Amino acid sequence: MEAMKLIGIVIVIIGFILKKDTIATVVIAGVATGLVSGMSFIEVLDILGKSFITQRVATVFVLTLPAIGICERYGLKEKAVDLIRRTKNMTTGKVITLYQVLRALGAAFSLRLSGHPQFVRPLISPMAHGAAVVKYGSVDEESEDEIKGYCAASDNFGNFYAQLCFMGAAGTMLIVSTLTEQGCELDALRVSLCAIPIALISIVVGAVHNHLLDKRLDKKHSAAGPET
Amino acid sequence: MDFNTIMSEFFYCLIGAVFILTGLKALKDDTLACRSLTAAFWFILAAVFMAGPYLPAWISGAAILVLALLTGFGKVKPSKGAGLDADQSRKEADRLGNKIFIPVVSLALIALLAASFLPFGASNAIGISGVLSLAIAFFITKAPSRSATDEGARLMDNVGVTGILPQLLAALGAVFTAAGVGDVISGAASAVIPEGNLFIAVLVYCAGMALFTAVMGNGFGAFSVITVGIGMPFLIARGGDPAIVGVLGLTAGYCGTLLTPMAANFNIMPAALLEMKNKYGIIKAQLPVAVVMFAIHVALMYFWAF
Repeated sequence: MEAMKLIGIVIVIIGFILKKDTIATVVIAGVATGLVSGMSFIEVLDILGKSFITQRVATVFVLTLPAIGICERYGLKEKAVDLIRRTKNMTTGKVITLYQVLRALGAAFSLRLSGHPQFVRPLISPMAHGAAVVKYGSVDEESEDEIKGYCAASDNFGNFYAQLCFMGAAGTMLIVSTLTEQGCELDALRVSLCAIPIALISIVVGAVHNHLLDKRLDKKHSAAGPET
Repeated sequence: MDFNTIMSEFFYCLIGAVFILTGLKALKDDTLACRSLTAAFWFILAAVFMAGPYLPAWISGAAILVLALLTGFGKVKPSKGAGLDADQSRKEADRLGNKIFIPVVSLALIALLAASFLPFGASNAIGISGVLSLAIAFFITKAPSRSATDEGARLMDNVGVTGILPQLLAALGAVFTAAGVGDVISGAASAVIPEGNLFIAVLVYCAGMALFTAVMGNGFGAFSVITVGIGMPFLIARGGDPAIVGVLGLTAGYCGTLLTPMAANFNIMPAALLEMKNKYGIIKAQLPVAVVMFAIHVALMYFWAF
């Protein structure tokens, strides 16, 4: 039956939803799909092995790790924090937008940051909240929660939409590997260049989104707090 | 073998060396209960990278099966080693200043220049930039020579076994293609996509990416399934530019990531980290942007890829 061939997709979906080990899930899905569609076990191993070897290129990001690791030890994160701290007199929305831009730049230059624990919690969220307190005197709990949500979101926006701009990013290489395996001709340089427009657009959309947050905070707190 | 292939094989051997170092680091950690199996994982992976092309392919396939067994039974764990020392980093940051950004910028810049102006191909360009930027990092930081191996193994261990996921998903895509999975999906999709209607095809592909990513919580997994099943037959086979379709397909999937609690490490755990009252507050904040970005993806792919 043709539909049985979809078993691999079902396995991948269930495995990922249940947070089973991803490597094992993917390999089991591949073996099951091959066996169901009439290949022998050795044939399945052959296809898996052959394409794993030709697609080693998807793992070249490993070659960037030693340089990045040294920079981390020698104060990369600390200097990034210094850069952000230097900004003063910004509104909540502008703080968040600035962070999104820096996070996008970081992603495009392949920094492997975990932004939420390293930047958002210790730095961006307090700064964005602080900017609101300076401007309005105080902010209610609901707005405080909203500001935190926007801070965390800006990390995701910057990270997701800009990461493919780096030639050696895992996502970039996934696109190259998957499509060359399907017979297309393309390379990492072209993929990373094609990723630039959507990265720029995401920054504009994020900036507008944060600007609207500023407007909403203005409206909500205009009756209370010191004049601006 | 032509020169570019030799160069690639050289870089794959370097990658293998990083895997071996990661395995050795695990062996040295006596607090790690499964240290020999963890080391076995990295050593087998290194062997596949270095010797794979000279062996029958099914042997590499069997090795992948062993790797999957090891991770599946939870026998591969990160090992302890010298972590980052915040005081040291602060002191070095003050000593070096903004110069510390140079190696990081050069990673991207050299890769770009080498891919554009040297005849070695885009993937070798990444290897070249990795090696040259490492030299620049040494020059700037005056780090002891063993830091290259120490830091490489530290970060590789940080990235962990999921670092090989993109490569493995491409292999899964190859199995799907050989088995005709793409044909089954595209057969079903052709019921929805009217013949020759590119706009609907773009919409279905982007929506499929977003939906599958939201359900699986992982854009990479969705990409190999949806691109083989819908992207190839309905967009690229009809003249769509593969690079544009691929990039916008994956980031359209990320629009789904922004909306799903399945992507817990992006959407749920940070809410706890920030002590938010509403644990879905991040998803709520992301909703309008995800919707707008999705619409832009569909429009951009439709007008730009064809």
